[in-house]
Amino acid sequence: MKPTTVSELRDFVRRKSRLSPCGGKSKTALHNGGNEVEEVELTDISGIIEYDPGEFTFTALAGTLLEELKQALSEQGQYLPFDPLFTDQGATIGGTVASNMSGPGRYRYGGIRDFIIGVQYVDGHGNLIRSGGKVVKNAAGFDLSKLMVGSFGSYGALIECSFKVFPKPKVYTTLQVAFDSLEEALDRLVEVTKLPLDISAVELIPQHDRNLLVIRLGGSAENMNARIERLAIVLGGGEIYEADEEAHIWDDFGEFNWVLNSDVLVKIPLTPKLVLELDKGLSDPFVRRQYSVGCNVAWVSWQKPIDDLDSHLTKLGLSGLVITGQVDNPRLGVKRHNSFSVKVKEALDPLNKWVEV
Amino acid sequence: MDLGKLIDDLAELYPNDRLLTNKAALITYESDALTSFKSSPAAVVIAEKQEEVVETVRKCHEYDIPFVARGSGTSLSGGSLPIEGGIVIALNRLNRVIRVDPDQRTAVVEAGVINLDVSQAADPFGLYFAPDPSSQLICTIGGNLAFNSGGAHCLKYGMTSNHVIGLKVVLPDGEIINLGGESLESVDSDLVGLFVGSEGLFGIALEATLRLLPKPESYKTVLAAYRSLEAAGEAVAMIVQVGLLPGALEIMDNLAIEAAEAAVNAGYPQDCEGLLIVELDGETSNVEYEFGILMETIDRSGAYEVRIAKDALDRQRIWKGRKSAFSAVGRLSPDYIVQDGVVPRSRLSDALAEIKRLGKKYNLRVANVFHAGDGNLHPLILFDGSEDGALQRAEDMASEILDLCVQYNGSITGEHGIGMEKRDHLPKMFDVNTINTMKTLRRKMDPQMISNRGKVFLAEVTQ
Repeated sequence: MKPTTVSELRDFVRRKSRLSPCGGKSKTALHNGGNEVEEVELTDISGIIEYDPGEFTFTALAGTLLEELKQALSEQGQYLPFDPLFTDQGATIGGTVASNMSGPGRYRYGGIRDFIIGVQYVDGHGNLIRSGGKVVKNAAGFDLSKLMVGSFGSYGALIECSFKVFPKPKVYTTLQVAFDSLEEALDRLVEVTKLPLDISAVELIPQHDRNLLVIRLGGSAENMNARIERLAIVLGGGEIYEADEEAHIWDDFGEFNWVLNSDVLVKIPLTPKLVLELDKGLSDPFVRRQYSVGCNVAWVSWQKPIDDLDSHLTKLGLSGLVITGQVDNPRLGVKRHNSFSVKVKEALDPLNKWVEV
Repeated sequence: MDLGKLIDDLAELYPNDRLLTNKAALITYESDALTSFKSSPAAVVIAEKQEEVVETVRKCHEYDIPFVARGSGTSLSGGSLPIEGGIVIALNRLNRVIRVDPDQRTAVVEAGVINLDVSQAADPFGLYFAPDPSSQLICTIGGNLAFNSGGAHCLKYGMTSNHVIGLKVVLPDGEIINLGGESLESVDSDLVGLFVGSEGLFGIALEATLRLLPKPESYKTVLAAYRSLEAAGEAVAMIVQVGLLPGALEIMDNLAIEAAEAAVNAGYPQDCEGLLIVELDGETSNVEYEFGILMETIDRSGAYEVRIAKDALDRQRIWKGRKSAFSAVGRLSPDYIVQDGVVPRSRLSDALAEIKRLGKKYNLRVANVFHAGDGNLHPLILFDGSEDGALQRAEDMASEILDLCVQYNGSITGEHGIGMEKRDHLPKMFDVNTINTMKTLRRKMDPQMISNRGKVFLAEVTQ
């Protein structure tokens, strides 16, 4: 089912008993609805409804492609600071919200939850429900907008999202520093993240023979050299990347071009202090991986049986989610259901129409 | 409902000096900062341990008696107003900073910890807690997160919710649960985001894991004086247009300046109709660079006087004046109502002109202090409560201002919450299906509706 209007969608929802919304299906592991489940594809509910650069806000329909949004914002010197992922692979803004996919830029100002200011969704009764609004500051009513972040469509189908945006840095420069040991790279990362520097992104990438600390600065061309040199002094050198070459590095991260096609891509939220323990299960034999957002999330390209990773995560008390590739159950490690989450689901989806991931 | 039995049980839980039941002792708790509302609780318990809070909630649940958690009672929307005949659970003494983890840039604190104390605990590590409501010297984290408090730095740094990553909560039936965790990221629905700002209707937060940020290396705080409020508003638009993202963009009008000046001698320019406070913060090199652009923009904006904070002390003085503006207005008038509606930034001057018109219509003086960067208005409507009908006039005017905010596609509250005060207005912002969804959520969490009963939604008590 691919509705072209909201009323068509609402009618459809009223008639069906098991539903699963989706956008561009760029997160391939999250679309195993199974039999009896009707998929609702929202890619035709698309377009930017409002965008006033002077307000630092926009509202777009859920099926709007990230590519279109990024283009429109960029023309006005603005951007979504959390670096939404899978742009080239056709990700939509609704899918990005529902799957909570923030990229490296989340480090500087926060993630999707920190920039979303309002939503509209269709619930299981076919009703339109609103939350938040279109202004950057708002404390009226329960914050269902944030609840939709990472909800995977389990409360309804997102129709519309409003976001706060920021002025985009005029230029970026990246410093890449290689370390022999992961411990040392991690120590330096922790050290750098405590410094009062306006850092856009911090990534840690273990490779076969070295461990890369990749730090991005954004801002004005006028003082960029001085800033990057200062950072290089703190870290004892490193390679500097600028312009197109620099942009490539981060585009590759955002599209996960480093993940092997035959592998599954797994997202693992964590904290810097858990990196070394997690990494023990990923280094021998070598697994492609990247510690993102100042080591608040691990992205892992996994080839071996998924149960091995599942039990490793469970032992460490971590949760994981398979984002791309084919698996029976994308949820790994510790499951975080509790009575609060159960009550939220029962309250918002009493007919239990929307499939949970 | 069996209040007598509940009080007996509470007497076993708390020593005499922490269970208040006599009238005189309860008077202190009859109001919060929204003083036009008063209500008498049956008892106040002063909890010192999390277990006491949990046990009190369990007892209230057992005997079906409503309760409200209270920190320092600074809610401007009546959020911590007692429920008549219910229990107030005072959390000020639940104030341990459990740990600061500088490597992960987080702090775990109990609900009664004062906002500014979080930054003080983080200070030795070069870190701070960004949300800074004007009452940060006394308001507590529990209240901040129940109402998703804001402050002067929200455009760049977000509200309280953007800085809370984990919670330990006691639900209205006494169950203890954990939401979120220590990571900034998650693979589940954002339940922390839902709990924050729920105004105590889903239970009581006992502990919060807060996100800390490195303290900005530099600040540049600039005061620019204008001949009209509109001109100050126009300057804000110009600053945004050149691509700057200041940490704070605040405006005060003449009456607010006069009050603040009298109260704390902040050194604000006198005879000024619109005073703009702009603050740049961040890495020194960036702040210096942006300062050049800012000053050039302010030059073009027609400011007749510009002052730059000379040092940290001077900066503090400027902020002290701004943050004390609400209480300082008490010098100008025996009573006042504060509104906190939001309008799109481009409608600021329309909204201010309309507020001026309403002031004339109702024959009331209005002082304006507002977060111009995010369109969050704070008209202070001055009145004399002893004058017949004055409170009603002030309330009617406040109500018209909120209607205006809705009409401009803004919000009825930027940071104070709905509480008691704006229950009538919530249905103006959200349609009936949305309100019903919110009410369903509330009842699922709390079928007896004992947790902060009567707030946010109209007619909750009777249903």
